[in-house]
Amino acid sequence: MLTIGLTHYLVVAAVLFTLGVAGIILNRKNIIVILMSVELILLAVNLNFVAFSQSLADLTGQVFALFVLTVAAAEAAIGLAILVTFYRNRGTIAVEDINSLKG
Amino acid sequence: MQAVFFYLFATIMIASAGVVIFARNPVHSVLFLILAFCNGAGLFLLAGAEFLAMILIVVYVGAVAVLFLFVVMMLDVDFAELKQGFAKYLPVGVGVGVVVLAELGFVALGWSSAPSAVDAAANPIIPQMSNTAALGQILYTKYVIFFQASALVLLTAMIGAIVLTLHHKPNIKRQKIDEQNARTRENVIEIKKVPFRTGV
Repeated sequence: MLTIGLTHYLVVAAVLFTLGVAGIILNRKNIIVILMSVELILLAVNLNFVAFSQSLADLTGQVFALFVLTVAAAEAAIGLAILVTFYRNRGTIAVEDINSLKG
Repeated sequence: MQAVFFYLFATIMIASAGVVIFARNPVHSVLFLILAFCNGAGLFLLAGAEFLAMILIVVYVGAVAVLFLFVVMMLDVDFAELKQGFAKYLPVGVGVGVVVLAELGFVALGWSSAPSAVDAAANPIIPQMSNTAALGQILYTKYVIFFQASALVLLTAMIGAIVLTLHHKPNIKRQKIDEQNARTRENVIEIKKVPFRTGV
């Protein structure tokens, strides 16, 4: 218990990932909280990358985590910009109301 | 000592992640997301990824989370209404959560690495070198194409966000710089000869 190994990190990341997935389902109506849940999932993934990088003494995992961070930042910026534009046009952000492309 | 901090960071991170998804007020969600990221950075530090820990603080806490906070406070949305389906989705959410956790648990606990995996490292960590220097050494040489590609991703995101949110309202008086620069003396000033004591 007192020496922290790879498994500890994997379990913590698994719990965090699960919370992220559950958050997407529980907050089906609120797209802001869905975006935050996606950020939690990406944090869990990064934690796995870093833990494996330490365990295998290989820097590649940290490089990959860096790129994941980049993509996550870009995704958050674009997602929130779409959200602001949508709110300006429709006056709501409820996920059920986002159906103008349904046809 | 390391174990104490590991359990401290992990517990606070998971607890605040729980608050993120269960909170009624999205502002609280964002603030606890920041707390989760700070503790995640602590876990990165414990794992020896110092550069990534600092990047997590700077990029996530400093930029992304503040962006979330801006958007949550800027949109005038009735969040109580958005929370209504919560109880309906609770069984499904908990069910999916339990299934995902069980699957990940089987993988994480019943997993073992090949003994030769450590020797097969593509970029072995050199203990004499600091983490930031070592990352820079490979990021700017071996992975320079990916580095440039991620820069392109960020540029696209920046332009995309600006194009999406920039909008010109009609009927607003604006400065027209080209018209100002095109003004000449001839088409602006008219000199009239006014006869004495008659007016224009």
